[in-house]
Amino acid sequence: MLHVARWRVLAVIIVSLLGLIYALPNALPQSVRDSMPSFLPSKTVNLGLDLQGGSYLMFEVESQVVYKARLEAVADDLSRELRGQRRPGELGSAKTPILFAGRGLTPDGQVARVTIQNPADIPEAIKRIESLASPVIGLTGPTGRTDLDVKAVPGNVIEIRLTEEAKTSMTRRAVSQSIEVIRRRIDETGTKEPAITRQGVDRIVVQAPGESDPEKLKRLVGQTARLTFQMVDETVSPAEAAAGRIPPGSILLEQPGEPREPQVLVRRRALVTGDNLTKADPGFDQQTGEPAVTFQFDGAGARAFARASTENVGKRFAIVLDDKVLSAPTIREPILGGNGQISGSFTIESANELATLLRAGALPAPLKVMEQRTVGPELGRDSINAGATAGIIAMFLIVAFMILAYGLIFGGIAILALAVNLILILAAMTMVGATLTLPGIAGLILTIGAAVDANVLIYERMREEELAGRSTALAIDAGFKRAIVTVMDANVTALLTALILFYFGAGPVRGFAWTLSIGVITSLFTAILMTQVLVAAWYRQTKPKRLPI
Amino acid sequence: MKWPFIKLIPKNTKFGFVRFSMPAAIVSVVLCIASLVSCFTLGLNFGIDFRGGTVVEAVWDKPINLAQVRERVGNMNLRDVGVQDFQEPNQAMIRFLPPEGADASATVDAVKAELRAIMPGVKFPRVEVVGPKVSEELGVNGALALGIAILLVVLYIWTRFELQMGFGSIVALAHDIILTLGFMSITQLDFSLTTIAALLTIIGYSMNDTVVVFDRMRENMRKYKKMPLGAIIDLSTNETLSRTIITALTTFLALLGLTVVGGETMQVFTVTMLFGVFIGTYSSIYVAAPVLILWPPKRGAEKAAARTEADARP
Repeated sequence: MLHVARWRVLAVIIVSLLGLIYALPNALPQSVRDSMPSFLPSKTVNLGLDLQGGSYLMFEVESQVVYKARLEAVADDLSRELRGQRRPGELGSAKTPILFAGRGLTPDGQVARVTIQNPADIPEAIKRIESLASPVIGLTGPTGRTDLDVKAVPGNVIEIRLTEEAKTSMTRRAVSQSIEVIRRRIDETGTKEPAITRQGVDRIVVQAPGESDPEKLKRLVGQTARLTFQMVDETVSPAEAAAGRIPPGSILLEQPGEPREPQVLVRRRALVTGDNLTKADPGFDQQTGEPAVTFQFDGAGARAFARASTENVGKRFAIVLDDKVLSAPTIREPILGGNGQISGSFTIESANELATLLRAGALPAPLKVMEQRTVGPELGRDSINAGATAGIIAMFLIVAFMILAYGLIFGGIAILALAVNLILILAAMTMVGATLTLPGIAGLILTIGAAVDANVLIYERMREEELAGRSTALAIDAGFKRAIVTVMDANVTALLTALILFYFGAGPVRGFAWTLSIGVITSLFTAILMTQVLVAAWYRQTKPKRLPI
Repeated sequence: MKWPFIKLIPKNTKFGFVRFSMPAAIVSVVLCIASLVSCFTLGLNFGIDFRGGTVVEAVWDKPINLAQVRERVGNMNLRDVGVQDFQEPNQAMIRFLPPEGADASATVDAVKAELRAIMPGVKFPRVEVVGPKVSEELGVNGALALGIAILLVVLYIWTRFELQMGFGSIVALAHDIILTLGFMSITQLDFSLTTIAALLTIIGYSMNDTVVVFDRMRENMRKYKKMPLGAIIDLSTNETLSRTIITALTTFLALLGLTVVGGETMQVFTVTMLFGVFIGTYSSIYVAAPVLILWPPKRGAEKAAARTEADARP
């Protein structure tokens, strides 16, 4: 009656041994793990940021800025098309000009509008504007759609919007580019293994474990670092500009750290941008001895800057970083070599940071911090210790209780199953690379409490069957058969809630879901298979007349 | 001395659970109403996970004058500033919302600088910033997770048991969740993401308990085809009683360890869980099963009997 198939015995032994081997590295110090032969697993369980300390930063890519830039470019090009001018390199005769007015973007920057003087020209105008559209490239190649949606609205106005496909594709590209730039920036600083991942459509998560300084990390990751060289507009006096008389094509920018000239009026058009840099290094200004950043342009950048500086000797240009003027020196002589230096109010550290940012390149769009969670490494260590103490107390209480409740043999079997269960959970989490978090430890301890439930169900059933007058062997057998149905039903509901938690939970809560769902599966194994093998072995050894429970 | 002590628990209890189901139902309904009233008047103490905002924990190397921190941080043009003492006299917990439209992350750096200026030698073991968009999503996701969990569990019970039992379990679940929310509201415990985890675990635990009782009821209904439903419920609850008590005790013991040494973050979780385990155990006996008396499940034998009767009719 109490025959247990040999494969079951084998399965229990093999799984338990494998579990032990995979869980063991977690209990060994680093030095021992390093000296172990390579065929043994040496991976340890991933600790969440709340346990090892570190920073979690979630950014949103402000793709609106990218959309706006594209529409601004379209609004610029559209005047050439409507006037009928040839595009650079285009052959053939010029087309008839179309008269238009009021060209520009709506305040939110998401629609470009142009008013056509003569309503009869509208169809031709739409055709010409549509010729500016470019095809949208999807994930799997060209989508056959273009990026502009051009249509006439009442009042002789043509409105230009980006199509949804174009927005999706632009956002995707902006996020990928941003991730690449962030990775380059972080690699440069040698921070310990930060994880940079895309989340959802337009979000990027940076997780940096260890002692990293979150403020520095944010400056490093979150700064757009778009460097431009622009001419200073000296046609209007600073006082007039400050009073709001700003010529078209110019913009008033802040100049922090320069109290004598807090604002500078610059031309919108950039002479050269940071994209044209090949080198950027921290250094010192040779005249003042203050920290500065030296740089070198690539070929195209050097040529453009040489031409502009030759044409504008005696005038001023501004070095602008993210719409803030760093410095606005006067061009004393043409700058032909393509080398330059940015000085401003730098410290050694900030010069170093700027050089790093310039080397890694600019972000395609600004990033906004959506969520930040930082835990100091000491707090993490405290949490691990508290979790371990709580686990030991819980384990001790339950061991005492089970032995009291079911005696040495059946209580002992339940505890052995529980111990193997814990080892299996740890091994499974190590193997699949799950993350252990503080709520995860709570889940683990809760599993200790709940996992004995299966044993309790089985034992109680055996007791009842014996009470109903069955022989010991029959009672054991029936106890298992009947209880298993209940155990399964009860565990499926637990697994369902754990899986939902896993799907919806974020960060630490997901760690809780990991331990809970793995715990449900392993406890099915230990409570059903393992307990059965052990009880059967005990029965064959002792041939008891009565159950000791 | 009898050992193991399980023998001390009478093997054949015959408590008349169903007899007390009416007063128990009244108590449950009153408690549920009280919980709902508390939730709508006192409200829940939502943490920054769901409300958005910033929490900074600061630790100095010497005791800190909290009044000074309160004043200096209060003058920083932030919204909803709260400064609490935290565990030790050299620690403080500062909560705030950044000024309208300001960058939350830059505001944190400003607050950190201010705290450093109040007294140097400060460390920040924990900083959390949750933007308004993220907190909104976390709230929606949390509610969605609870809703889907309830739905799936009820569907499972319905397919494995009967529609009426699915209904019984949904009433029990609603009861557990409402009472736990009421508990959170009255104690004003911090309602965070971990609380959602606790609620889902309570759902799992309560269902586990309910399933064990229902499972036994299904078995007994097949075994004793003539026994009235009330007696079946009593019998099944009594038969599973020692298991119910032992499992509740082991879970309780496990949580006890966590509550004592688990630290402040975990305490909210474990206290909620302790409450939930208690309520979940109660609701399996006094909510899920008695609901079946109101809407009795069809019993296989009776169904068959009804059919033969119908067939026999001309």
